[in-house]
Amino acid sequence: MQLRFALTFFLLVVAAATARAQDQWIAARQQMVRDIESLTVETASATGRKALDAKVMAAMAKVPRHLFVPTGQQPYGYENRPLPIGYGQTISQPYIVALMTDLMRVKPGDVTLEIGTGSGYQAAILSELVKEVYTIEIIEPLGKRAEQQLVQLGYRNVAVKIADGYYGWPERGPFDAIIVTAAASYIPPPLVKQLKPGGRMVIPVGASFLTQYLMLVEKQPDGSVVSRQLLPVSFVPLTGRH
Amino acid sequence: MRAVESFTTLRLALSLISAAALAYEILLTRLFSIIQWHHFAYMMISVALLGYGAAGTFVSIFRSRIEPHFEAVFAASAALFGILAVTCFLLAQQVPFNPLEFLWDPQQPAWLLLIYLLLLVPFFFAALCVCLMFTRFAARAHRVYSFDIIGAAAGCLGVVAGLYVLPPTGVLGAVGALALLTAALVWWGTGLKPRLAAGVFGLAAGVIILVTAGPLGQLRMSQYKELSQMLKVMGAHLVAEESSPLGLISVVESAEVPFREAPGLSLNAPDEPPPQLGVFTDGEGMSALTRFDGRRERLAYLDYVTSALPYHLVHRPRVLILGAGAGADVLQALYADASSVDAVELNPQVARLVQARFGEFSGRPYSVPGVALHVAEARGYTAAADRRYDVIQFALLDAFGASSAGLYALSESYIYTVEALQTYLHRLSPDGYLSITRWVNLPPRDTLKLFATAVSALEASGVNDPGARLALIRSWKTATLVIKNGALTADEIAAVKEFCRTRSFDLAWYPGMQTAEADRYNRLDQPYFYEGVTALLGNAREEFIERYKFNIAPATDDRPYFFHFFRWKALPELVRLKQQGGLPLLEWGYPLVVATLAQALLASILLILLPLWLLRRRLPPSPLPRPWLRVASYFGLLGLAFMFVEMAFIQRFILFLSHPLYAVSVVLFAFLLFAGLGSRFSERLQPGAAGRLSPAAWPVAAIAVLSLLYLLLLAPVFDALIGLPDLAKIPISILLIAPLGFAMGMPFPLGVAAVAAGNQELVPWAWGVNACASVVSAVLATLLAIHFGFTVVLLLALALYLLAAAVFPKPAGATLGAGE
Repeated sequence: MQLRFALTFFLLVVAAATARAQDQWIAARQQMVRDIESLTVETASATGRKALDAKVMAAMAKVPRHLFVPTGQQPYGYENRPLPIGYGQTISQPYIVALMTDLMRVKPGDVTLEIGTGSGYQAAILSELVKEVYTIEIIEPLGKRAEQQLVQLGYRNVAVKIADGYYGWPERGPFDAIIVTAAASYIPPPLVKQLKPGGRMVIPVGASFLTQYLMLVEKQPDGSVVSRQLLPVSFVPLTGRH
Repeated sequence: MRAVESFTTLRLALSLISAAALAYEILLTRLFSIIQWHHFAYMMISVALLGYGAAGTFVSIFRSRIEPHFEAVFAASAALFGILAVTCFLLAQQVPFNPLEFLWDPQQPAWLLLIYLLLLVPFFFAALCVCLMFTRFAARAHRVYSFDIIGAAAGCLGVVAGLYVLPPTGVLGAVGALALLTAALVWWGTGLKPRLAAGVFGLAAGVIILVTAGPLGQLRMSQYKELSQMLKVMGAHLVAEESSPLGLISVVESAEVPFREAPGLSLNAPDEPPPQLGVFTDGEGMSALTRFDGRRERLAYLDYVTSALPYHLVHRPRVLILGAGAGADVLQALYADASSVDAVELNPQVARLVQARFGEFSGRPYSVPGVALHVAEARGYTAAADRRYDVIQFALLDAFGASSAGLYALSESYIYTVEALQTYLHRLSPDGYLSITRWVNLPPRDTLKLFATAVSALEASGVNDPGARLALIRSWKTATLVIKNGALTADEIAAVKEFCRTRSFDLAWYPGMQTAEADRYNRLDQPYFYEGVTALLGNAREEFIERYKFNIAPATDDRPYFFHFFRWKALPELVRLKQQGGLPLLEWGYPLVVATLAQALLASILLILLPLWLLRRRLPPSPLPRPWLRVASYFGLLGLAFMFVEMAFIQRFILFLSHPLYAVSVVLFAFLLFAGLGSRFSERLQPGAAGRLSPAAWPVAAIAVLSLLYLLLLAPVFDALIGLPDLAKIPISILLIAPLGFAMGMPFPLGVAAVAAGNQELVPWAWGVNACASVVSAVLATLLAIHFGFTVVLLLALALYLLAAAVFPKPAGATLGAGE
């Protein structure tokens, strides 16, 4: 009897501790969202957006970023900084993730494609916002790990494939939006082809840990393509009259 | 008699240890450039060299306890240097230091400190051997110093030769083994007991070689380097690897996810690139080795990158390709129907890989009729060339990642200076085109700097309206600047527009361009490129360059830092922008030099003041106030001045010898060798010979006169002789350096002998002060050169030498020339 009592007590303690930890993560996540909101105001002159889409921010507030990074990095999971995820790859800083997702301008019925699954975090954010997410990774163990995590967290509208992202996923296209987080020497034409007219493609450009600028490729209703290079920061290279 | 034999053995041992230590220093730069990035290598090694200063401090404090066991301590230090040179490096590469996370991760500074400490230890033990010799044989400082630096000279040449025949870790093993064998030599040669220990050291040398050759000796490259990342992609594997002092070349095949390297390829390109192999240098800077089966149409994609522009302006051109690498630009020229192609590549190993090892795959582009390969440095080749070209094509020579992080800020680059551009323009046929392609950065940095450099080069060549000769276009990834040897015609401008229209490339400048024509296909929130170049062509150029938040002032031969974009005034803003993702705008290289200088200065001050404080009671009373101040000033000034002169001349000889590796090795070797001989000679300059003057007066006067003469005469002499073959230029360089090096070898041993005659206690301290000053000096020279140019560095060095002569240490109450 005593043993049973002790066991119940132990389980209660564990449950309470877990709940407290959960609360801490939620609080950290909410703080992260507030940070992103204030950064968005600061960078409005560069990005042209005083506030990001409320749905994007809601997704950022919901997806547990700390579960997409290695255990050792979890304490920094909600800091606004890029984090290493192993295999020489990184997870972008949350502000950049929010900005990129906002730039994709996705709607609930959309079908989206991601090239470079990485940790799976970006796919999870998209999963909250669209109907279907297709994501391709070229580093096999990384893709497998992300897939497992996405399944475990219940993201059922995400499909992960280990393949060469260059040719996209034609049988699931065309897509309303595409995000290419893998380094590309040039914009793969097959991806442009799989973008719906009016669709948008976002490409962060830079080295590991350093997103230099964002490329936004917009496919016009007539099929022609216009691209834009965006600095995520409010930095004007000149001083004085500007 | 025993003492004489012992000195003979020890001086040979000293040479060997100095050789091994200098070889280790150069080797570490190579090793860390492979596993990390070269600017961090620079910082780590600069700080680790303070191990020399630490040894000076150590001997100052413990001299009396070490002296009775001098030979045994020397042998043990040599052995420890050998063992730790290898083990400390192998441990240091296990440290999870990631410079890319430096400003994010609070643990990173601690990891960096650990690497400093690990690398400092082997230098400490090597330095202990040298410092002990100076302390023990202070009155024979001239001979000790000559063996020290002649050994270093041998090490400098030896390591370069070693890196040609062995992999870098093999050379590491050889350095460790050399030090251990030196320990065996000292143990045996000085008759230490038990004799068996000498055998143990010899055996350890064998073990070290085996360890570095085995799995423990594998290099662990940072997982964030391009090569590491590529090898994680499914199906990617290494197919060849070649090492030389110029770099570690790795060739990767990726069957499942093919390389598709064509930076900024237009979306309108009809085709994707043929199969490619990736060629990496030190794990970075990938260039593509493209399959060429002789079918020209397979190369059509090469007509859809920005660098193809000049081929749309001229028919069947004679082409010079600078930095031909794996051959993409040669294939582009062949596709463009060039009538002849001279391809210049610095690294013979790359050329061999393309032509021999992967000859079948590459189609041996350098053997196609009309194509000639020249293994040479780009600028030197162009300067010496005896023909003119219709197109001079400058390849993208560095990696995008490195260029976007400002990693090259420290490296001098003589290929993008005003004078270099003038050299290339001089080789153009009338109406020929110089075409240079760079990565696009946002906000623009190198594109604008290149444009500013081109404007200055044209003006310096007497062109009144530079804008009439320039065209600048860009894709989202690359920008190509075309400089014509003459004004661009209406037909040519039409061709530029058509080239861009059919490829969706943007115009950034052509003579007569309007703002509305900029940024049509790839839009920016402001037409940064067009605005920038128009400002650079206008009257307010200086003001624009001054106001710009990156340094885009043209690079010159005197300040050859094309990749230095950092400006202090932008720093607070960039740090504030960290949370917004603004860190990529921070150009890393320069702040790292400043950080290195600060760290070296702080550590030096500590290392210099600590023993002084501990020794204060042991110093004999002196009629002179604070005699140590004179000693510190003299040796500190010498340390600064010697390195300033050496670095300023290395820079000038790089231009003449045109090959950075040969230049550094030849110049260092010659300086050290002749300084060693000068040191021997300086025995004859003992006081008395020089009368009332400071004994350092004559050598310093010689240094001053020679340096000033060289400052005035080297440029015209080099201009006249640049066309000679390397085999002639190397002995000429050595002859030119000989008298200067000879004179520079004298002040140090003269000072040591004088200090020893006054107060033996201060000898190791003085030696340590000199070591610290040398480390600080190397870093400071780089900073000064960035800001003021190498001429100023040289002039400063002369002033420092003159000051040193004025504060030559006066022995207090002792007779000069007294023996040990």
